[in-house]
Amino acid sequence: MQFGIFTVGDVTTDPTTGRTPSERDRIKAMVAIALKAEEVGLDVFATGEHHNPPFVPSSPTTMLGYVAARTERLILSTSTTLITTNDPVKIAEDFAMLHQLADGRVDLMMGRGNTGPVYPWFGKDIREGIPLAVENYALLHKLWREESVDWAGRFRTPLQSFTSTPRPLDGVPPFVWHGSIRSPEIAEQAAYYGDGFFANNIFWPKDHFKRLIGLYRDRFAHYGHGTPEQAIVGLGGQVFMRKNSQDAVREFRPYFDNAPVYGHGPSLEEFTEQTPLTVGSPQEVIEKTLSFRESFGDYQRQLFLMDHAGLPLKTVLEQLDILGEQVVPVLREEFAMGRPAQVPDGPTHEALVARRDQDAKDAADIAADPQEVQA
Amino acid sequence: MTKRLVVVTAGLGKPSSTRLLADRLATATGRRAEADIQVIELRELANDIAQNMVTGFPSPRLRDAVDAVTSADGLIAVTPVFTGSYSGLFKSFFDVIDKEALAGLPVLIAATGGTARHSLVLEHAMRPLFAYLRAVVVPTAVYAASEDWASDGAGALAGRVDRAASELAALLGARPDRPLGDSNGPEEPGRPADVDDMAVVPFAQQLAALAVEG
Repeated sequence: MQFGIFTVGDVTTDPTTGRTPSERDRIKAMVAIALKAEEVGLDVFATGEHHNPPFVPSSPTTMLGYVAARTERLILSTSTTLITTNDPVKIAEDFAMLHQLADGRVDLMMGRGNTGPVYPWFGKDIREGIPLAVENYALLHKLWREESVDWAGRFRTPLQSFTSTPRPLDGVPPFVWHGSIRSPEIAEQAAYYGDGFFANNIFWPKDHFKRLIGLYRDRFAHYGHGTPEQAIVGLGGQVFMRKNSQDAVREFRPYFDNAPVYGHGPSLEEFTEQTPLTVGSPQEVIEKTLSFRESFGDYQRQLFLMDHAGLPLKTVLEQLDILGEQVVPVLREEFAMGRPAQVPDGPTHEALVARRDQDAKDAADIAADPQEVQA
Repeated sequence: MTKRLVVVTAGLGKPSSTRLLADRLATATGRRAEADIQVIELRELANDIAQNMVTGFPSPRLRDAVDAVTSADGLIAVTPVFTGSYSGLFKSFFDVIDKEALAGLPVLIAATGGTARHSLVLEHAMRPLFAYLRAVVVPTAVYAASEDWASDGAGALAGRVDRAASELAALLGARPDRPLGDSNGPEEPGRPADVDDMAVVPFAQQLAALAVEG
């Protein structure tokens, strides 16, 4: 089981001070948060991709390359990479380069993007969102697995004898997650490829995600990738912690009440009751996160949104200390207990390479002595 | 077989003339067809409806109300006339319902107002709203102005209530079967599963539709 953080990369005014960070401040803060994630023992840092203010991360591999150079263990990921508006050829190249530079510590999460006006800026149409996600990913999948690609589709110019360079490290493509809030088509896509499914459950109630993840698990098994329990599931969550629950609520309330994504709707109490948002003690965060397993089954990756609602960097770094020191160690222990042996761990490059080699060995064994394997 | 008749009323007062009209319509319909009647007062859901607008998802009790409406055999929808049309609360409730979810639902529309001058709100606002949702709106719509409450039982209002109720009662069994989708979720007998929002086209078919090779 992997634990990490994901960031949207929004520039949001701190409602308690009225201070708005500059783009430079925010970009540097995102890097500081990533480095802190490794320092406190987390496994994953994922950045969003956006192409409109008030967001800064339009160029995720640039940022992740910089973070890669300054970290040793952290898996660098995205939340999400826009498979609709980016050219899949450029995604293949950029992330393969990052994959090589970071010694395989890279995976990525595909997303569609739900901001209509962004699509035409890249020559696309949001009404084609699902077909774009389907076709572009089919091409990306091929580019990372075949040296010489002939290809034609609806949304980009054809390719003939094209080789995407560099190749992914060790010839093993980065692991791919497909992120979705509401679309069963994306759960189906993830299941078809045997890829991971990240249910970004942070703003919606769990009943919806139970059904979406249930669909993904069933279809994962349907396509022959394993049992439903072996499907690769990631979940979000967002928290604010202080030693005493009341202090956490008092400190976070003005941020919640004014945040673009939370504020001016349900109260903090209503929102925490209906979504994964937890504002309270580390113990409350532990309990809420453990409840995800009850709802969704044993899963592989838990990402927390920590730098939300305009919290200043200093506070976010304190939050990461609490997360790394008091919450994640307990979660690791608790999630390991009663976890069936056949449920896979979170995906790493090493594991993917080992599986590739094992599959090759099995195939060779079958070729050498088909009788014995049948017996 | 007993049908499920749901009444949605957007009256704000307590007591409310809108609720009064809704009750008269429900009673009159219930006299003509065997029906379980459930009344939904939108006033009690006002915050939930506004929050659904902001968050994109319904609170549990709003979800229950929406489910009741979308799975009903018939609907009586009553609004006060505000600023020349249905009230904002009334419209907002139907805005948070999936636009496919009322298809084929028999609906009786009714409205209340201070004077009879606004009665065409029923024909120029209410009926097009439900036509968009592909509901089946009965021919007689009922408008009650202040003066109608003063008329005696033989007056025009009672006659229109009876006629509209007869029309709705005749259609209560007419709603086409809705798909019972979502084999993944918990089955709840007698309730159409969430507009089978988890139905999915098999991936190979999605790829084939794009004619992507390989």
